[in-house]
Amino acid sequence: MAEKVLMKGNEALAEGAIRAGCRFFAGYPITPQNEVPEYMSWRQEEVGGAFVQAESEVAAVNMLYGAAATGVRSMTSSSSPGVSLKQEGITYLAGSDLPCLIVNVMRGGPGLGSIAGGQADYTQATRGGGNGDYRTIVLAPFSVEELGNFPKKAFELSEKYRIPAMILADGILGQMMEGMSYNFEPVDPAALCVKPWAIGPNTTGRKRNQVYSYGLAEGELEAMVLKRAERYALVERDEVIYEERNTEDADVLIVAYGISARASIAAMEIARAKGIKVGMIRPITLWPFPAKRIAELASKVKAVLCVEMSLGQMKVDVDLAVNGKTPTYLHAKSGAFFPVAEEIAVAIESALNGKKEQLFNLADLAEKATNERAEAKNAPCKEGALL
Amino acid sequence: MYQGVRISGFGGQGVVSAGVLLAQAGLVDGKAVSWYPSYGPEMRGGTANCSVVMTDTEVATPVVAMPDTAIIMNEPSLPKFEPLVKKGGLLIINTSLVKTKATRTDIKVIYVPCNEIAEKVGSLKAANLVALGTFAGATGAVSIDAIANAMKKVFKRAKPEILELNRKALEEGAKLK
Repeated sequence: MAEKVLMKGNEALAEGAIRAGCRFFAGYPITPQNEVPEYMSWRQEEVGGAFVQAESEVAAVNMLYGAAATGVRSMTSSSSPGVSLKQEGITYLAGSDLPCLIVNVMRGGPGLGSIAGGQADYTQATRGGGNGDYRTIVLAPFSVEELGNFPKKAFELSEKYRIPAMILADGILGQMMEGMSYNFEPVDPAALCVKPWAIGPNTTGRKRNQVYSYGLAEGELEAMVLKRAERYALVERDEVIYEERNTEDADVLIVAYGISARASIAAMEIARAKGIKVGMIRPITLWPFPAKRIAELASKVKAVLCVEMSLGQMKVDVDLAVNGKTPTYLHAKSGAFFPVAEEIAVAIESALNGKKEQLFNLADLAEKATNERAEAKNAPCKEGALL
Repeated sequence: MYQGVRISGFGGQGVVSAGVLLAQAGLVDGKAVSWYPSYGPEMRGGTANCSVVMTDTEVATPVVAMPDTAIIMNEPSLPKFEPLVKKGGLLIINTSLVKTKATRTDIKVIYVPCNEIAEKVGSLKAANLVALGTFAGATGAVSIDAIANAMKKVFKRAKPEILELNRKALEEGAKLK
């Protein structure tokens, strides 16, 4: 393997995209992903590609639509509030079957939230945050090395199925530095196969290509949606990626992705040192989700513990997979707080022993909120009180 | 071998670059490393800090919640990080700017007049390297040579005489144990 170079996550990602043959980037600045456009601004010029600092996120995603329609490997990147703005563009990209890469270096939300790293865009990313029946392929790196190597994987999957791909990272991954080595040779865009559907100069007298997302004639849209669903089925069957650690003898199974998985690895060490048998499955593709494997593993453990920087968004997918056969629990950090290994270790013990410490439970919150409301009734009315 | 380090001080003191140097030095030494900065609403004169992990195996979490070593470059950083240091860990305090003494007795504390030593060596800007030198000398987690080599990679445009000055700062720092 090549010598590792110390690189920031965002820069490793940008360089990885260039090496994967990306020759169009449009974006609009937002913390914590600013190093991506900054890097692209000089690097695209070096390789003869195009960099556009757009006037807004919406403009950037629509520029991506135009570039992707020509068949060039194209991307945009942003962070949570910016990715929300791009949702209209993403549903058009999905509806037009355009391969492309969208990167979300997540921060705290909802709204403007905070600039610290977060994971609360899981649902938006995996369900498609725009209108219509569509999916995006979602890859969740957990290291700088994966951030740098995933763009190539993302472009390949996206082109293979003509489905927009998303890399779902977070502010911590984007801002941190680690040793980076690329596991692939730089891709020469000229050597990539010519997309038969792409628009551009017609020199061969082929039938005119058209890229659009609507079907107004009777039955036309349904046919388009169902044809696309066939590809979704193939992706769900063939493209699931995950990593397992210590699952052979586990009594507790952690499910965690991205940066939460890193904290969970440290927590596993603490728990294992105490003699608690704990393992982990790390979904690397969030869609397609490794539901089948999680179901198999869940049938062999006493408890499943989800660790995520959101209030159970990923747990919804875990619950669908486990289907009530094993108790599932949640250790959640939201408001852009980073999971702490020592706290996850406590959550592991709670999950195993039926305790509440370090486990997030909405029912407990309801009780707390009820009590607060009862007390507030006796207090003088405060204008604008949050009750 | 595992070392989780927190370096904290004013923006402009070079605490974030000191962390990058440390990570780069660890990488040169063949270790797995990570570096993670605080990137809140930071500004020159405000406080900044970073986490560095060096290990022989694999870096689990890059955010060092309980450091083995905390390097305290300014007064406001002391109350923030002293309580977090692991029992038996190390606290390096820049006495040029930190007048308060540490209160914990279950950790090792080294007091280093970083600014004065740096000025004696030739530049106040090298105060962060004095502290890194002390860290290297006291923990053995990384060698002075590795940090000096890392400097060439991190500060690519630095003149040879500056690199030499920086090395001197590291060596002076390493003398304090």
